[in-house]
Amino acid sequence: MRSTDNAAPVDTTDDTPALSVRGRVALMVTCLVDLMRPGIGFAAIRLLESAGYEVVVPAAQTCCGQPGWNSGDRPAARALAQKLITEFEAYEHVVVPSGSCAGMIRMHYRDVFADDSAWLARAAALAGRTHELTDFLVNVARLARVPGSFQGSITYHDSCAGLRELGVKTQPRALLATMPGVELKEMPDCEECCGFGGTFSVKFGEISGALAEAKCASIASTGANAVVLGDLGCMLSIEGRLRRRGDETTQVLHIAQVLAGGG
Amino acid sequence: MQVRAMHFQRNAARALADAPLQDILRRFGTGLAEKRAKARLAYGIDAFEGLRDAAAAIRRRVVGNLDSWLERFEAEATRRGTVVLWAESSEDVCAHVLEICRRHGVKKAIKSKSMLSEEAGLNEALEAAGVQPVETDLGEYIIQMAKEPPSHIIAPAIHKSKEDVAALFAEQHRRPRLEDIGQLTREARLMLREHFLSADLGISGANFLVAETGSVALVTNEGNGRMVTTLPRVHVAITGIEKVVPTLEDLSTLNRVLPRSATGQEISNYFSILTGPKAPQDADGPEHMYVILVDAGRTGLLGGEMESMLSCIRCGACMNHCPVYRTVGGHAYGWVYPGPMGSVLTPAYVGLENALDLPQAATLCGACEAVCPVRIPLPELLRGLREKQTERGLRPWTERAGLGLWAWAARRPAAYALLSKIGVRLLRTMGGTRGRIGRLPLGAGWTLMRDMPAPEGRTFRELYAARPQGTRLS
Repeated sequence: MRSTDNAAPVDTTDDTPALSVRGRVALMVTCLVDLMRPGIGFAAIRLLESAGYEVVVPAAQTCCGQPGWNSGDRPAARALAQKLITEFEAYEHVVVPSGSCAGMIRMHYRDVFADDSAWLARAAALAGRTHELTDFLVNVARLARVPGSFQGSITYHDSCAGLRELGVKTQPRALLATMPGVELKEMPDCEECCGFGGTFSVKFGEISGALAEAKCASIASTGANAVVLGDLGCMLSIEGRLRRRGDETTQVLHIAQVLAGGG
Repeated sequence: MQVRAMHFQRNAARALADAPLQDILRRFGTGLAEKRAKARLAYGIDAFEGLRDAAAAIRRRVVGNLDSWLERFEAEATRRGTVVLWAESSEDVCAHVLEICRRHGVKKAIKSKSMLSEEAGLNEALEAAGVQPVETDLGEYIIQMAKEPPSHIIAPAIHKSKEDVAALFAEQHRRPRLEDIGQLTREARLMLREHFLSADLGISGANFLVAETGSVALVTNEGNGRMVTTLPRVHVAITGIEKVVPTLEDLSTLNRVLPRSATGQEISNYFSILTGPKAPQDADGPEHMYVILVDAGRTGLLGGEMESMLSCIRCGACMNHCPVYRTVGGHAYGWVYPGPMGSVLTPAYVGLENALDLPQAATLCGACEAVCPVRIPLPELLRGLREKQTERGLRPWTERAGLGLWAWAARRPAAYALLSKIGVRLLRTMGGTRGRIGRLPLGAGWTLMRDMPAPEGRTFRELYAARPQGTRLS
């Protein structure tokens, strides 16, 4: 990034290392990216760096605590929320390649600490600086050009937590619109849940599977080359159902992979 | 009504395997949700959101001071000649109605839709006492005939196809089978007319009670509510204590948001405000009017985490927008109230231990909260119930053990790194060359209808630690 280019939008065509950075971002990788699709973590780093940020990955991070919170285990959720706050509160921004985990930090930590004013204040401070990846790229970084390239048609699945807790709707589409090779084909009911729902997907496999099937039918009706989304849970559910129903060709990609390319 | 909420899992499986029901549910689909969206757009999105805020504020004000508003309602209603009765339980509801039947020599009762009557199992109690109950809401009429419970709070027979109804009518009415919906409706109307004219008692619910006037407000589409509340000598309205609103002005606000949220209508076909029995100068109306105010678990919610549920105005928007409801239908929930509001109310009213699956039977997608006209945070309430289940040891030990292991490891980064390193390699191997797992041990639910995409074999933290130092990734 050129040092003179300190006004947004950011030019990303220059591959030389940044001489000056716009700030430091801590990446909350998320447990599912860590375990299942590490490439998405690296894609997120590429995107943030291309926007001119120095990216730090706190090494001891594990999980935001959402599995405990949604399962009714408040002590476990609380312990992990405290751990995450301690690890991330020193940074100017925390970016998460997941609407669900970002939603946990932004919207639910305050409930986790409803009865503890000291932790509540720390949680609230962190919540205000925590962003879902595409929301950060559009509304904070004001990224105008993305490093990736993609040739083909894409249909976008709006993940529930990102959409309804954080208002992530236009951000990924705006970023995809900057990519000349991408043709966006919206599916019917793109805001409908894919059926993942965390442990719901295991406890109520038949219902979860039926919802995934409905989502896959919507995806198939567009004839798009790829379904793109912003959350790993939905990604695994949709990919798992697409393959089971015999679709070997529709790609299932995280938005970071498409935007960053090369991953 | 008998509680079958413990069998949600089994009921849901049966619903999924029921091809005709699945066909009906597919056709029901997002229809009512789309109608609501159109009504919201027509009203103006910002204005509608403002209306939701106002409606929520009215309901919160009432619930926060429920005893005062109820006393005001009782005083005003009594002053206008209505007899106000209090029922602590469903048994009390039945006892009150049966006593009214005895007092007035009632042999036949016609009914407008009342979910409270479903809660209390009133029809069974009436039959046992020799009083014939006749449901006159078309949907309720159908399911009474089929001896089935309602599957939706505003569309009780939504699980029945036209063909189901045609067969049912032909058999029960003993007339030639009709195929046209208009003709079927006309036949029901003809049959009901006899009952309207011969009944001694009309039983209705109440969408709202107005404290300042002691009135009962009814929102209906079929006109049967008017017949039920004006033709017979006696009218009994049965309603939950939470349905009271302070003023007619408040009623007006709520009546703007209720039909739009429920069916996308600007206003329902009929909207009645019933204040006291027939006065000497009135042309028609009942000679006696009773209102039964039912607690049946409601005061237990006051002052607690579930209090906001008492704001509910029974529009059904949460179930119309719920992906789980739309997939399994209302009967799977096993009691009077299905969908998200039912998953909160059923455990609250019949006991958490009698409805173990319901708080879990949600993806927490948030669609219900996004449309609730009185802004009840339904996903939060479901989470709260899950927490209570955990605290009371009502979750299976396997689940608790799994969560316990995860929570233990996630707090210990070194252990977590080691376990995840082993885990992803194991799963990678299980995924084979195609990179997917067809049967997941400990997660068989997942792989019933889906593969589990296998991990790539190394964790992000391993790869990140091994990256060339000091270079940018891009």
